Amino acid sequence: MEVKREQVDEFRIRQLRARDMLRNDLSDDELEKYVEQAVVTTTLEKAIGWAQGNSIYPMTFGLACCSIEMMAIASSPRVDLARFGWEAFRASPRQADLIILAGRISTKMAPIIRRVYDQMLEPKFAISMGACCSSLGVYNNYALIPADKFMPVDVYVPGCPPRPEALVNGILKLREKIQHNAKPGWRERYDAVGTEEVVGA
Amino acid sequence: MPDAAGLDLIAEQLTAVDDACLTGHGFDRGHAELQIDPAKNIQVLQWLQQRGFTFLASVHGVDYYPHEPRLGVVYELLDMQTVDRVSVKARVSTAAPEIDSAVPIWPGANADEREVYDMFGVIFVGHPDLRRILMPEDYEGFPQRRDFPIGGEPVLFTHNEHGYGEDR
Amino acid sequence: MSTVSDYRRHEESVTYSSELSGSGESHELLTINFGPVHPSTHGVLRLYATLEGEIVRDIQPVIGYLHTGIEKTAEDKSYWKAIPVVERMDYLSYYFNAMAYCGAVEQLLELEVPKRAQYLRVIHLELDRLMSHMIWIGTFALDLGAISPIFYCFRQRELLLDLFEMSSGQRMHTRYFQVGGVAEDIPQGFRQKLQQYLDQAPAVFDMLADLFENNEIVLQRLRNVGAISQQTALDLGVTGPLLRATGNPWDLRKAAPYSSYDDFDFKIPVGTVGDNYDRFRVRHAELYESVKIIQQALDGLPDGPYIADDRKVVLPPRHELATSMEALIHHFKLVTEGFRVPEGESYYPVESPRGELGCFVRADGSAKPARVHMRDPSFHNLQALAPMVRDGYLADFIATLAALDPIIGGVDR
Repeated sequence: MEVKREQVDEFRIRQLRARDMLRNDLSDDELEKYVEQAVVTTTLEKAIGWAQGNSIYPMTFGLACCSIEMMAIASSPRVDLARFGWEAFRASPRQADLIILAGRISTKMAPIIRRVYDQMLEPKFAISMGACCSSLGVYNNYALIPADKFMPVDVYVPGCPPRPEALVNGILKLREKIQHNAKPGWRERYDAVGTEEVVGA
Repeated sequence: MPDAAGLDLIAEQLTAVDDACLTGHGFDRGHAELQIDPAKNIQVLQWLQQRGFTFLASVHGVDYYPHEPRLGVVYELLDMQTVDRVSVKARVSTAAPEIDSAVPIWPGANADEREVYDMFGVIFVGHPDLRRILMPEDYEGFPQRRDFPIGGEPVLFTHNEHGYGEDR
Repeated sequence: MSTVSDYRRHEESVTYSSELSGSGESHELLTINFGPVHPSTHGVLRLYATLEGEIVRDIQPVIGYLHTGIEKTAEDKSYWKAIPVVERMDYLSYYFNAMAYCGAVEQLLELEVPKRAQYLRVIHLELDRLMSHMIWIGTFALDLGAISPIFYCFRQRELLLDLFEMSSGQRMHTRYFQVGGVAEDIPQGFRQKLQQYLDQAPAVFDMLADLFENNEIVLQRLRNVGAISQQTALDLGVTGPLLRATGNPWDLRKAAPYSSYDDFDFKIPVGTVGDNYDRFRVRHAELYESVKIIQQALDGLPDGPYIADDRKVVLPPRHELATSMEALIHHFKLVTEGFRVPEGESYYPVESPRGELGCFVRADGSAKPARVHMRDPSFHNLQALAPMVRDGYLADFIATLAALDPIIGGVDR
């Protein structure tokens, strides 16, 4: 394959620069510029967060209709979770660090979910997928419990069922959170802090 | 479905077998129904089974509150040879909710009767394993009765949002 | 050396018997719990399995982990608003749930559904059957250990969901069926897209069959495993592909046709032995028959209204609201209070991908149903699990559970 002449020149220039830096031959500005181009600095937190966020093992935990859409992101060629590195669904809670509560949580099932969540090891995350586990959804009755009544939830994904793209949106939000890169909420973005209504003060 | 005439024939034959078991029958908009005395339900079901209604599609309960007797147990029967359906309804009151179990005749009624017990409180005498099937084992109350509240979370508006957080 | 001769003596004293254990000797029974959270994709089903060595002696399913109070919630909503509530019961056959409920209410109202609406309903019902069987084949293969079929099946599912999204805007739980017909007519381009799908579908079904048929291991795992007799199935209330696999050609689409199914020419695949292999073949053959039905319905789709025109039950078309006072009043009444149904009870069964799905509605003259009960096929089919797996190996039990196609949303309601 023919390598273009500019590419060869580029490469040669960088090689010579690196050699100069190692020989302590670069002056202040040149050194600055070199460091900016070639070295990435970050905090340890962010580095670990970046690694964690790209290799989460979700747990195979489908309850009801939302689980079919979750299977659609896990095993459908169209919207695929493997592009984020999250395709390794683990069956055992000890090996998983994300639980996607996909479906409706009944009173009989809640203690079991809590037990499974407790068996997961830190750091662990929970996504409440769908309207039923976020806020009872269509079924506001005696039989269901919203997820945040008995376990901490990181991201809520609304929908009945949420499209695979919507679930991926929730997953990306969680990924931002893990990578310490969370976007600010809408009040910060639209400069609306201080407009909350205070009740019964 | 048997039409109205077919249902009348069944009702006549049933009354010929035993005078007191049938308390009413009706054919309404495609739905054929026999209302029977709950004490004789096994007899009627067996007679219908021999007459050709060999498939039990469903056993379910209905709460007729405020009409007494309140709890109805409905057996949906199907005759596969002539494609006829008939519903057999037996009504019991909450004061005496016992009725004989159909499990000896149709083993498939097992889970259905457990569900009727769980949701309405009808006690099936002779059922091999009558316990709650859908609700937790120690649940109190019979959820699908009409006087059982629907439950659930209150919908949050501005006027009731303030006190909500303290209960959680 | 003494140890070697001891070893040889021990080796020669062991008898190699290939009889199944439990014959003559007594072994301990071990009850283990297949918890509600397990790696298979069949929802939250808990099973107490009593094992004797590797042989399953008894299975007791424990259900209720997904109980949603659907029937109680439907009593709280008006007839129109209860359709989405009831739809989410058996979550892979949502059109069938809506069809059973709308059929029961239409029977009580004595409402005539126009022909075009009936054909559109049949098209969507059969597309739903295709989708449900696709998912079943994919997850069945996954439970047997094969990982690739699920990708092909979900690819097909995405194509079907594109069609659902075209006609109703939603992929799942579309609320497309209304009392009196369907919510909207099919849009421009639906026919072409559907035709495209139908043209490429049989080749994909052939490929899926080859994935199973050309694999000797899969065949050995499925043949003569989990067999059940026809009489046992009928006593337990089993319907659908499970009953047809045992040899009984009972199908509500042929026996008691509803919604113009008698206009179409299709066959009912029937098995012989009633084992897992027959269940697979019956469901797979149903795919081709469904494609035939959809093709006939598409070719013969009549013109006409897509919903009944009884304004007391069906919303008037929106353009009339600007001109007609009666239309406005009807719209207002229907949206706020809903239509009233005269007193009575009805039971309407349909043939869902899992069996007879029936809806019992009791109306007491008000705008809300007084009792809605869904007769779910999976609830009754699950009772057949115990006879199927008794005295078989534990590994076969997993395959049989997958071949049963239980949908726990329907079981628990």
